[in-house]
Amino acid sequence: MKLITAIVKPFKLDEVKEALKGEGVTGMTVSEVQGFGRQRGHTEVYRGAEYQIDFVPKVRLEIVADDADVARIIDVIVAAAKTDKIGDGKVWVTPVDSIVRIRTGERDGDAV
Amino acid sequence: MDTGDTAWVLISTALVLFMTPGLAFFYGGMVRSKNVLGMLMYNFFAIGLIAVIWAVVGYSLAFGGDTAGGLIGNLDHVGLKDTGGGEGIPTIIFVAFQMTFAVITPALISGAVADRMKFSAWAVFIGIWSIVVYSPVAHWVWAAGGWIFEMEALDFAGGTVVHINAGAAALALILVLGRRNGWPNEPMPPHNLPFTLLGTGILMFGWFGFNAGSALAANEIAAVALMNTFLAGSAGMLGWLVVERIKDGHATTLGAASGVVAGLVAITPCAGFVSGLSPIVIGAIAGGLCFLAIQLKYKFRYDDSLDVIGVHLVGGIIGSVILGFFASTGANEGGRDGLFFGGGTALLIDQIVATLVTLAFSFVVSFVLAKVIDATIGLRVDPDAENAGLDTSQHAETAYAMAGRI
Repeated sequence: MKLITAIVKPFKLDEVKEALKGEGVTGMTVSEVQGFGRQRGHTEVYRGAEYQIDFVPKVRLEIVADDADVARIIDVIVAAAKTDKIGDGKVWVTPVDSIVRIRTGERDGDAV
Repeated sequence: MDTGDTAWVLISTALVLFMTPGLAFFYGGMVRSKNVLGMLMYNFFAIGLIAVIWAVVGYSLAFGGDTAGGLIGNLDHVGLKDTGGGEGIPTIIFVAFQMTFAVITPALISGAVADRMKFSAWAVFIGIWSIVVYSPVAHWVWAAGGWIFEMEALDFAGGTVVHINAGAAALALILVLGRRNGWPNEPMPPHNLPFTLLGTGILMFGWFGFNAGSALAANEIAAVALMNTFLAGSAGMLGWLVVERIKDGHATTLGAASGVVAGLVAITPCAGFVSGLSPIVIGAIAGGLCFLAIQLKYKFRYDDSLDVIGVHLVGGIIGSVILGFFASTGANEGGRDGLFFGGGTALLIDQIVATLVTLAFSFVVSFVLAKVIDATIGLRVDPDAENAGLDTSQHAETAYAMAGRI
C-alpha cells in the first residue's frame, strides 16, 4: 500500500479529479496549501509598496492505493496536471503501514 | 420650521453615521487578519464613546455661545440643555448631524495607529481629543463667533475640522507610538481588499450626506454639493490610477479605492462653494498627489500604516488651499470668489492661515496628549501581544474561525 501525494495548480484540480475517476480511483483527500519550489513566488504592489510573495496557492491531493496501481495513477495525475509552465507541482509516493476503514473495521488491502 | 429641510438633514445624519462602519471596513480590509477586529473596534467604539461625549459636553463647547475671543463655546448647552425648537430645522437634529462628524473624525486617526495601539489607550485618547481638539476647532470654523468663521475662511463640510485635524493628530500620535514591529522590512499586505472596496462604496454613499447635508437645507446648494462630491470622488479615482499605472505598471483595486477617498477628502471643504468642472480638477489633483504623498513615509520612515497622513492630511490641505483658487460666488452667494474667479488672493491667504493653524494646533495638542497617555497607562501593546495580533490580545476574539472549529 502506498500514499500518493500530489501538489498541483489549483485550476488543474478538476481535470486531475476527472481523470482519476476515469481510471477507477474511488477516493481522494484534497486540501488548499501554500508553498514554493523552483517557480518561487511573485510580487504584489499595494499603494506603491512592492511585496515579494513567496508562498503561492496550490492544491494537495492525497490518495492511498494498492502497490500495483501506483505507477498508473501517477501517470494519470502527471498527464492531467501538466501545463509545461513552471510551477506545475510534484507527485511523490510514501509507503503505508496499515489502513483501517472506520465504518466496517476492514483492514489494509480491503480498506484501500 | 421647514419640513423639506428637516427631512434632508434627518436623512443626511443617518448617511454620515453609516460612514464610520464604512471606514471600519475600508481600514479593516487593509490590515492583516489577526488585527481586523482591533481595527473594526477602534472605529465602532468611536460611535459609542463620542456620541455620548458630544451630547454631554462636546456640542456645547463647539456650538455654544462664544466665550473667549472665538476660541471655544460656552457651557450653555451641556447635557443638551436648551436644544429644543430651532429655525429652519430643529436644533436637536443639527446636534445629531454634527455628532456624526464628531464621531468619524477621531475614527479617521485609527488607520495610522493600526496593529499596535492599546485599545484602552485609544479609548482615552479619542475621548479627551474630542473635547480638547475637535470641539475647539469645530467652534473656530463653524460656530458664529469662532475666529476662523469670523475671518470668513471657508470650510463647507470639514477640510480643516475633520481631515486636516485628524491627519495632524495621526502624525503626532505615530511619532510617539513608533513603528510596527517589522515595518518596513516585513511584508504586511492587506488581508481582504474586497472589504476595503465595500467600505469605500459605503464611504462614498455616506459622503453625499456629509457634504450635501452640510447645506443644512434641501436646496440648490445641497444639490451642487452632491454633484461636486460625486465628480471629485470619481476624478480622484482616475487621478490616482493614472499616476499609479505610470509609476508601478498596474491600476490596482486598492488604488481605485484610495483615489476615491482622496478626491472626496479634497472636495469636502469645497463642496458647496465650487461648481461646473472645478470638482473634476480638484479630485484629479488630489488623487494623483495623494498617491505620491504616501510614498513619503518610506523616505522619512514613519509608519503611517494605512496612510491617514498621505490621504487625509494631504488631501485636506489640497482641498482647503485649492478652494482659494476655485471658490465662486456663482456657486454659492454666501461664499467668496477665489483667485480664478476674480477674488484675488484674499481668500487664498485666509485658507492658508486656517489650514496652518488647524494643523499646528491639532499636532501640538495631540502630541502632548499622546505623551501623557504613554507615560501613564502606555500607548502601545507589548511585543508578544503585537505578534499575536490585536484581536486575541485586546478583545479575546478571532475574526475568522479556522477549519476544525466547527
